[in-house]
Amino acid sequence: MRWEFDNTRPVYIQLCEQFTNAIISGVIKPGEKLLSVRDLAKEAGVNPNTMQKALSELERSGLLYTQRTAGRFVTENEEKIKEIKQETARLRVSQFLNEMAQLGIQPQEIEALLAKMKKEES
Amino acid sequence: MTPILTCEHLTKTYGVFRALDDVSFTIEPGKIVGLLGENGAGKSTLLKILAGMLTKTSGSAQIDGNEPGVLTKSYVSYLPDKSYLQEWMKLSDLFALFSRFFADFDLQKAQGMAKDLGLSEKARLKAMSKGMQEKVHLILTMSRHAKLYLLDEPIGGVDPAARDYILDTILTNFNEDASILISTHMIADVEQILDEAIFLKQGKLILHAPVDELRETHHQSVDALFREVYRS
Repeated sequence: MRWEFDNTRPVYIQLCEQFTNAIISGVIKPGEKLLSVRDLAKEAGVNPNTMQKALSELERSGLLYTQRTAGRFVTENEEKIKEIKQETARLRVSQFLNEMAQLGIQPQEIEALLAKMKKEES
Repeated sequence: MTPILTCEHLTKTYGVFRALDDVSFTIEPGKIVGLLGENGAGKSTLLKILAGMLTKTSGSAQIDGNEPGVLTKSYVSYLPDKSYLQEWMKLSDLFALFSRFFADFDLQKAQGMAKDLGLSEKARLKAMSKGMQEKVHLILTMSRHAKLYLLDEPIGGVDPAARDYILDTILTNFNEDASILISTHMIADVEQILDEAIFLKQGKLILHAPVDELRETHHQSVDALFREVYRS
């Protein structure tokens, strides 16, 4: 995985987001085993404690689970992944709508624009 | 958890000048803590006291329950801001020296790191570039299985690639029961690996907090926050 960080926000939140994105977009597959905390921390260039915190957070949300001796895995529950995918999409869209509202662009105009762009593409 | 390091009202004066002024904080095991401050803020003074190289004027410092001294040197690994090694020595000489000096020195680990860097054990310090010499110092420091690592400006004059290597080495070689206190003024480069930040200003501790908490409350990088704090 490629990791990129914005220095103005907590690292663990950004780790959670990037893992979530990788899982819902299929970069990391359902049931896939993750590297150890230490190796992941090294890969991302972050503190192992921070990585641990992010992974615990993702376990709480149900995207990851730990098998006591075997390690940490991505959930096999595809419904759960789909649910979080929907949630993420909803969140992004509402952010986008907010930005558009700040620019003074109405939802109808956005719809028209989307339709136009779709036509141009095809 | 019992703190690995406890400083209470730690003070160091040189005549009327207060190099460290009533500094109190604790560090728990398993933490990487950034000691941040401009030149002359007291970073090196604090590390030297903890390393047992300098005597405090008043207050107390306890490292795993002991005052800095001969005993603590056996489990505190200190990387000073200036080289203290003899330039004629070869890497193999340095490894032998450290093996004799420190019971917790892991020779195999040091040899492994030197190999990764493509350093020959026959190479003399004198013949190495500044960046290489800094890496050698870091290898020696991080190859000890210490409880507390004190790193004074480990990423000072090195290029970005060497900096990445050094930070990587710190991350990989740090075990869960040990803590690292790392001083630097290049905050942007290290803030991603820090658990906590301590800001020193004119010998005083002005802030000690988890990095993620600082970002959460101030919505800015520790680097930006630092600049703000020092401007005022």
